[in-house]
Amino acid sequence: MAQTIYQSFGYILPETVLSVFFILTLLTALVGKGRSKYLPAYTALLGFAVAGVLVFLQLGTDELVFSGMYAVDPFSWFFKIIFLVTGILIVIFSMQSRELEAVSTKYAEYYSLIISLTIGAFFMAGASNLLMMYLSLELVSISSYILSGFTKENPRADEASLKYVIYGAFSSGLMLYGISILYGLTGELNIYAFNQALASGTLPQVTILVAIVLMLAGLGYKISAVPFHFWTPDVYEGAPVTVTAFLSVTSKAAGFAMLIRFFKIGFIDVAAQPVMAGMWELFRGFNWTDIIAVLSVLTMTVGNLVALWQSNMKRLLAYSSIAHAGYILMGFVTLTDQGISAMLMYFVAYLLMNLGAFYVVMLVANKYHTEDIEGYSGLGYRSPYIAFALTVFLFSLTGIPPTFGFIGKLYLFAALIHTNYIWLAVVGVLNSVVSLYYYVKVIRNMYLVQPEDKTRVDFGFGTNLLMTILMVPNIALMLYFTPVLSWAQHSVLMFGLR
Amino acid sequence: MQYQFLGIGYLTWITFLPVLGMAVVLLIPKASTNAMKWTALIATVLQLVVAAVIWINFKPGLTGINDPNGFQFVEKYRWIDLPGVAWFGHVAVDYFLGIDGLSIPMVILTALISFVGVVASWNINKAHKGYFALYLLLDTGMMGVFVALDMFLFYVFWELMLLPMYFLIGIWGGPRREYAAIKFFLYTLFGSVLILLVMLALYFSVVVKDPATGQMMHSFDMLAMMNPQNFDPNSLLAGIGTYWRYVAFIALFIGFAIKVPIFPFHTWLPDAHVEAPTAISVILAGVLLKMGTYGFLRVSFPIFPDAILKFAYPLAILGFINIVYGALCAMAQTDFKKLIAYSSISHMGVVLLGIAALNTQGVAGGVLQMFNHGVVTAMLFLIVGVIYDRAHTRGLNDFGGLANQMPVYTGIMTIAFFAAIGLPGLSEFISELLSYLGAFQAFRWVAIFSSIGIVLTAGYMLWTLQRVFLGQLPDKWKELSDVNGRELVALVPLMVVVIILGVYPSIMLHPMSSTLNHLVDFVHKVGTGMTAVK
Repeated sequence: MAQTIYQSFGYILPETVLSVFFILTLLTALVGKGRSKYLPAYTALLGFAVAGVLVFLQLGTDELVFSGMYAVDPFSWFFKIIFLVTGILIVIFSMQSRELEAVSTKYAEYYSLIISLTIGAFFMAGASNLLMMYLSLELVSISSYILSGFTKENPRADEASLKYVIYGAFSSGLMLYGISILYGLTGELNIYAFNQALASGTLPQVTILVAIVLMLAGLGYKISAVPFHFWTPDVYEGAPVTVTAFLSVTSKAAGFAMLIRFFKIGFIDVAAQPVMAGMWELFRGFNWTDIIAVLSVLTMTVGNLVALWQSNMKRLLAYSSIAHAGYILMGFVTLTDQGISAMLMYFVAYLLMNLGAFYVVMLVANKYHTEDIEGYSGLGYRSPYIAFALTVFLFSLTGIPPTFGFIGKLYLFAALIHTNYIWLAVVGVLNSVVSLYYYVKVIRNMYLVQPEDKTRVDFGFGTNLLMTILMVPNIALMLYFTPVLSWAQHSVLMFGLR
Repeated sequence: MQYQFLGIGYLTWITFLPVLGMAVVLLIPKASTNAMKWTALIATVLQLVVAAVIWINFKPGLTGINDPNGFQFVEKYRWIDLPGVAWFGHVAVDYFLGIDGLSIPMVILTALISFVGVVASWNINKAHKGYFALYLLLDTGMMGVFVALDMFLFYVFWELMLLPMYFLIGIWGGPRREYAAIKFFLYTLFGSVLILLVMLALYFSVVVKDPATGQMMHSFDMLAMMNPQNFDPNSLLAGIGTYWRYVAFIALFIGFAIKVPIFPFHTWLPDAHVEAPTAISVILAGVLLKMGTYGFLRVSFPIFPDAILKFAYPLAILGFINIVYGALCAMAQTDFKKLIAYSSISHMGVVLLGIAALNTQGVAGGVLQMFNHGVVTAMLFLIVGVIYDRAHTRGLNDFGGLANQMPVYTGIMTIAFFAAIGLPGLSEFISELLSYLGAFQAFRWVAIFSSIGIVLTAGYMLWTLQRVFLGQLPDKWKELSDVNGRELVALVPLMVVVIILGVYPSIMLHPMSSTLNHLVDFVHKVGTGMTAVK
């Protein structure tokens, strides 16, 4: 046993390194009375870089470690890369943030919390045991509660943090209750064992239904699916922009990773030979896909319709991120590998376009001191490059060629059409048309409204370079998306399933 | 390979020359606005030269439509190539360009109108760099639509036009530009997403053998989609005359109809045309509207022949509504530009009537009308631009007696107006005649009622002519100068085309006739379940 555990440690080296750097980053507070602005940030970056190398060495690994607690497989590998890239970008963004200067004595805590949230997300992507799932979810949640209220002098941040805690505690309570029911039914916490118990067909359907709905509540809260989304706009608006961007990608992707793994491993009928992609056999007796389809339609429609009325850029992006959760859920409805690969592909697009958009929001808040859409008036004439980049990100979010967001949507719709969910695809495309209106509202302000003050505002070479790095893939990957498609298709593999 | 320059095919040149121009424009320093204008002009002139070379080398008599050997200047390369995983199969998208008798008039038209548009853009007075960069990007999008034979590529080009158009109307347009721009954007995006869904459904329905590996795979190749034997029998769009095929046809129809625009979807057009700057109105009316009808002929008709045979009559009725409704609306206008905008709706109705007839005369008339209307309406918008630049008003009732003040202008305008009315000897006469001739054979009564449109057109056109040129010249217009050299450069080439095609239409009808014959034959045979013709 000890031997097994010892061997297992070899597979969580990236997580271990991140934990070490979590402590190191925290310790940098001791240097120079905690006033150092960049030391903790560079420590965190180094941590992400080392973890990145170690994750990269795990390419192709397909193992279940710690007695079935944690899977290290291509699926979790995919998400780990997403988390690391996001983590690195967020640290760089944070170094430029004006907003965080209000809490300049606490940089060490801030960056260490970014690492701890990433560790939690890593574990969420790989957890294959219900208890492990719950613990990693809580690690992510608690880190994000603190982060969202980090600028505590700002009353909105306090409100955001408190709301987040209350909603979070409630939904993780629901999820824990669901887990306890499953445990009571099967006597197992491992989801592979749960799958076997389900396959025996002796479990009472109604109880399973209740337990799964409770699980969905917990996960739906993490991915901010309607009707579990109420915290999202307030938290996104109140939290510092960098944290908002971080939550909107990492926390959401982690939630999706866990959702997909739980349902796929829990409900696939391994006995059916060959294991047909998409035949999630154990859903029998109840039309599960309809629940998720309704969830998806509600999420994107509510997100898009409410976004139409927003005048604050962060709230607009908050509702847009809710809508995007709805789009991504469409891939889940199909319950096929094709759908899941489309979701994964969408995450790549989502990372690029969403982080890019939030980066611009942060820069504009730094120099123009506004988060209102009105405040973007004439940005196209005052800061042309930044405005152009935001235009690319917003069109990518809308899903119009020539941007990568289009390819992401294309594959989601393709999965739906292929599995004959025509009605859902129609709802999806109509939603993208609606979303055009509010994204273009920002673009309209930037270009169609002449600024009163025509002085140019420049952001410096480093910022423009980083902006280019975020923007170029948004177009280049549309022109040649083969690598991402290939990566996404190979990343649907989970341990124990072919 | 033949027809290459510097190892790159002619069609790639003609499509991407404007993008090269755009790159140059973006590199030019902000202050040298003249350099930007000249760059844009050179790019479009070169494009026109390539179009002329293609025209000269184009061999009439080849078929096209569904026959890969009937296409000319073909360029086909693998763009996206992913030997797939077990559950998905090979993913391949081709960079597939080619033209046949249906696309050649549109390619010429696009090159011509783009050139004219740059000349008309000479007096743009703000943000030159953005304007010419977007203009050239728009040019690439339009040209790409007319040469793409892979549906994915077609769709990308189709959408590519939306973005520049939004900004071109929204930034450089008239007083209500913001409203017009977003309305245009939302309408066309709504249409496009429907096309997207049909495209995906077709992709998953069609199974072809990959020539490279011999595997079976899905394809975006439009030519493959036209062969009923390529459809997987278990797929959504397999068979002939099934429910889903009709649904797909209607979705596609709405997508293209918004662009044309056909009656209930037309409300974006008057706004966009009126608010857009002159050059962009010229592009909108001259080229963009034709994309809708081109989409019918290139995509809808050959891929869903069963559906078009079923829906030909309703389509003809929509054509009738467009003709009469557009003409009546035009008659009620007092704004010169709005009048031309509604006359476009009316004239595009003639195209619909012609192609709905599905016989050689009708379809040939329809395609020729697409070309002719493009040229004539471009002239009309330029003419409005000329007077608006001088008088800063477009109110028809504000003018009068301009004939003595601006004689050259009056002459050109009279030719354009008579062409629009369909006077023999000018281009639109031939195309309207053929369209009505075809329609009369297919749907006698619809054609008869539609011919009211001719009378109405003559009515509003002549009345406009009278209001602007005849009568007493108001004192305030005594200073108006006649057309200048730059405006003549834009107007005269179009006028020459109008006259030549009026006298000798064969030069345009001859290259397209065998393709259109083949299209008609193909639709009737495949649409009724007979096997595919070669």
